[in-house]
This record gives sequence, structure tokens and C-alpha cells, in this order.
Amino acid sequence: MQFPSKLIEEAVNEISRLPGIGKKTALRLALFLLKEDERTTLSIADALVKLRTLTQYCSECHNISDEAICTTCSSPRRDRSVICLVQDTRDVLAIENTGQYQGLYHVLGGLISPMEGIGPAELTIEPLVQRIQRQSSEVKEIILALSPTIEGDTTAFYITKKLKDFSLKVSTIARGIPIGGELEYADEVTLGRSILTRTHYSHDNK
Amino acid sequence: MFLESLSLTQFKNYRSEQLYFDSEVVALVGPNGSGKTNLLDAIHYLSLTRSAFHSSDQHSIQHGEDFFSIKGHVQRLGKSHTLLCAQRNGEKKVFSVDKKPYEKLSEHIGEFPSILIAPDDTDLIREGSEFRRKFFDSLFSQLDRNYLNTLITYTHVLKQRNALLKHFAETRSTNPDLLEPYTQQCIRLGENLYEKRQAFIRDFLPLFTARYAHVAEDQEEVAISYQSDLEEGNYAQRLQEAVSKDIQMQRTTLGVHKDDYLFTMNEAPIKRFGSQGQKKSFIIALKLSQFETIKNDKGYSPILLLDDIFDKLDDKRIGHLLDLLANKQLGQIFITDARPERTRQIFGSGANPVQMIQVQNGSILSTP
Repeated sequence: MQFPSKLIEEAVNEISRLPGIGKKTALRLALFLLKEDERTTLSIADALVKLRTLTQYCSECHNISDEAICTTCSSPRRDRSVICLVQDTRDVLAIENTGQYQGLYHVLGGLISPMEGIGPAELTIEPLVQRIQRQSSEVKEIILALSPTIEGDTTAFYITKKLKDFSLKVSTIARGIPIGGELEYADEVTLGRSILTRTHYSHDNK
Repeated sequence: MFLESLSLTQFKNYRSEQLYFDSEVVALVGPNGSGKTNLLDAIHYLSLTRSAFHSSDQHSIQHGEDFFSIKGHVQRLGKSHTLLCAQRNGEKKVFSVDKKPYEKLSEHIGEFPSILIAPDDTDLIREGSEFRRKFFDSLFSQLDRNYLNTLITYTHVLKQRNALLKHFAETRSTNPDLLEPYTQQCIRLGENLYEKRQAFIRDFLPLFTARYAHVAEDQEEVAISYQSDLEEGNYAQRLQEAVSKDIQMQRTTLGVHKDDYLFTMNEAPIKRFGSQGQKKSFIIALKLSQFETIKNDKGYSPILLLDDIFDKLDDKRIGHLLDLLANKQLGQIFITDARPERTRQIFGSGANPVQMIQVQNGSILSTP
């Protein structure tokens, strides 16, 4: 692609490094940023710089945070006896949006996958062990909320091995038929698992 | 099962072509390199979501273009279905049936089955165990979706376990707690695959020996014996004991990924002791039993794709195929042949009318 200006070219090259953005889209965005009111462009740039330099990771749960300790970890309203283990920040948001969980989180930062060179040392597993050691009188339960994949299962297996010396209840989120889903369209593995791990029927089950 | 039409866009050497089929026997004729086999491969795509000849879908996109699509109308059990397979450069392959895309391509396997008989099928006898595993895995997957899913998971676990073993060897460190989940999964999934392969082969064998006796018209006793690391029993314990060896070798040394199927004739390996003719009969019998197994399971005939087999088969074996055809034991058949007069001569006398389609340089000429 030919550019009328070196500055445009540089901007296009940088913007196209973003996921899902090709050169054409990058050019459209660069021209937009150039044409818009100067304040708009500068405030976008400012937000990006702040995002990168000021964002911290909570020293307790390793979720993205504005402070050294995030608002969830410092909230007096959260149940400190339960820690929910998740892969990344997006999972925290998803569980928070359910409005069904009042406990704390621990963000692992990924799942164990030797093929991709991700081992336990790349994740926040050791900090989790230390955290539980520190709070051993408070923490009663660990919920494993990891994807039902080989990587998720392996990570769960490894973490439970690391936690076996603590007297903790370790639970895992249920796997089964989605609410509103039709039985005949469920895949065999999920349906098989739902039959094996069936739950007691109660009129409060909703 | 009956394929009524096929539309190709930028698929291999076809820019844009539409074909309509109105016969049980379709002969694709034309000079070498004109694109006859590519038509079979397009049908293979619609049946099994991938090429029969190469592993990269990029190779199926016409040179200089950025996507291909294959569309087909199929009659199955009295209902009409539209199958669509499309691949755009650098994107995920899309496969849909009646406009509903699959989430996983593996869901399609076995739904619209086909069997390909091609010149390089003798590789099954000649080549290493992975060719035979692939053949039987493909057959069993078309019969049992759970088998396919277990196989996919096992292969993935094995890759992770081998990557970890390699990492241990490179860093000169081991972490038994980290290896353990992969070992456990290998045991659980491996034992499942072992039992299923045993059961499938048990059912397959009588069909095969009967078919061979028919094709070869002779007295040799043929057999397929399934061989596995797991047959000695106690796989769990032996895999655990092999860990230090596995780390040294940087791969998993015991398991169903090393299974083989030994082809024998009068209890000796056919690879070494069979004549050329016996090997050909063996392969044809193998393929026809594959056809029969799927037909028995589904209740309808798979599409049969015969690629350039007349040069490789003698009259006796061709005659046998024709018998099956005349007895209506086969469903729809697609045949490629560089010599139309030969095809016409072979099929001309049969009860089934033959539809001849002439192919030249990636375009379809009118029916001769």
C-alpha cells in the first residue's frame, strides 16, 4: 500500500498490529483520528497510555485492578471463605454478571499447555498456594471454574495436587445441559456426563 | 444415498462448474490432468469434510484465488439435503447441511458416507502402521461418533504429554504431578479405544474373509489381526513404569497410537509373502467390506468413488465389481477413466445406464 505521508504509514503499521485489524481498516481508523476534533484523538491516545501504565494486577487475586488490591478483594461484603479459580479476567466478568456469586476470585492467567510452552510457573499457581497459606483460617472452599477441556482438566488436576495438604473443600462447576437447551441436540459427551452427575430433584431447582 | 448435483467454485482446476447426475453409474472421462480425480475429491470433501489426497485445504483453492466452495444436493433416505463446504484463505473451513453450519467438523463424519478406491491403496499393505490405523480409524469413526471424539481427545492428550516429556528432557527437570494428569488420560482413553478397536475388528473379520474368498476365488486363508501394546494387560501400571524411558525418548513409548493391524495369508504376512494379484484382491476385499460395514450400519449405500482402477485391476476383479453392480448391491458409483471407450465397453452391457461426463482442462464438456 502506498501512503502520501510517512506519518500516516507509521500510524497504519502500528494500528494494524491490533487483533482483527488489517491494513485497510487501520488506514480508515488513522484517517478518522486525523480528521476528528483534535481533543478526541488526544483523549483516545491518553486513555491508551493510562491503560497501559496505570493498570495494575491485584496482588491478591491477580485480576486487573486500579489499586494494589482490587475492589472485589477489598470489599467487606464479599464472602472470604470461598475462592473461585478462573483462567482470566473475562471469566471473572462472566461470573460476576450472573449475580450468583459473592466470594473471591483467583485469576490464573492461562491454563497449563506444554505444547504452547505454558507450565505452572507461567501461571499464578504458586501465589495461590501462598495466598491460601496466609489466609488458611478464613478460606474453606476452592471452586474450580475452568473450561472443560484437556488443558482445563490438567490445570485443575495439578492445582488440587498442590492444595492437597490444606483442609479445604474443592469443588468444580457443574457440567451439563444448558438451560433452555433441548436434550436431543446435546452432544453425547455432555449428555452422558449429565446423566452420571445427575442432581437431586427439588422444587427450588430453577 | 444419491448425489444429484455438484457445484464447484474455484476448486482446484475448476473455476465455476455445475454438474447434474441422473444415473447410478457416473463415468468421468477425459485425458490425464484434466481434473477427473478432482471431481472425486470434491465429493470426498462433501462426505468427509476434507481432501482424500492432501492434508492442506489451501491446496484445494484455485491458484491465485482466495477461496473455494463445493455445493452438492444429496438424496438420503427419501429426503433431499444441501451440503456446502467452503474454505477462505486463512479462515476456518465452513461446512453446512441445509444451511446449518456445524460447530465441529467431526459432527459431519459418517452422516453422508463414501468409500474411495484409488491406485495408491496398496500403501495399506506396503507402508507403515499409521496407514492401517488411519484406514480403520476412518471406518470406525463413520460408525461411532464417540469413537471419533475419544480418538481426537486421545491424540490431543498425547501431543501435550509428548511436549511435556520433551520439556522435561530439555530442562533436565521432571514434575511428576504435572505428568500425572496426562498419563491418567492416556490410560482411560487408550483403554477405551483398545476395547472398541477389538470389538470393531471382531465384527469386521467375518465380512472380510467372506468377501476375499469371493473376490480371489481361491483357498488361501486371510486374516487381520489387531496388535496393541495394551493386549498384555495392566496398561496403567506399565505406562507408569515406562515414565523414565518416555522422558529419555521424549515421547510416549506405549499406547494405542502404536497399534497395528497385521494382514496375513495362510498365517504369514501378506506384505512379504503375497503375490501382486493376492495383494490387489486383499485391498479390494478390504474396501468392499468397508463399504458393506457402513451400509449395514447406516441402512443405505455409501457413495463409491473409483479412481483410475481399471489400469490396476485385471478383468476378473473388474468382473467381480460388475457382478455386485448388476445385483444392485452397490449404490451410486463415480468412476474416472482416461479411456472412455473402455468404460463404455465394461458398463455398456450392464443393466444400469451409464452417464458419461467428459472433462477437459477444468471444464465439463457436454455428455458425449
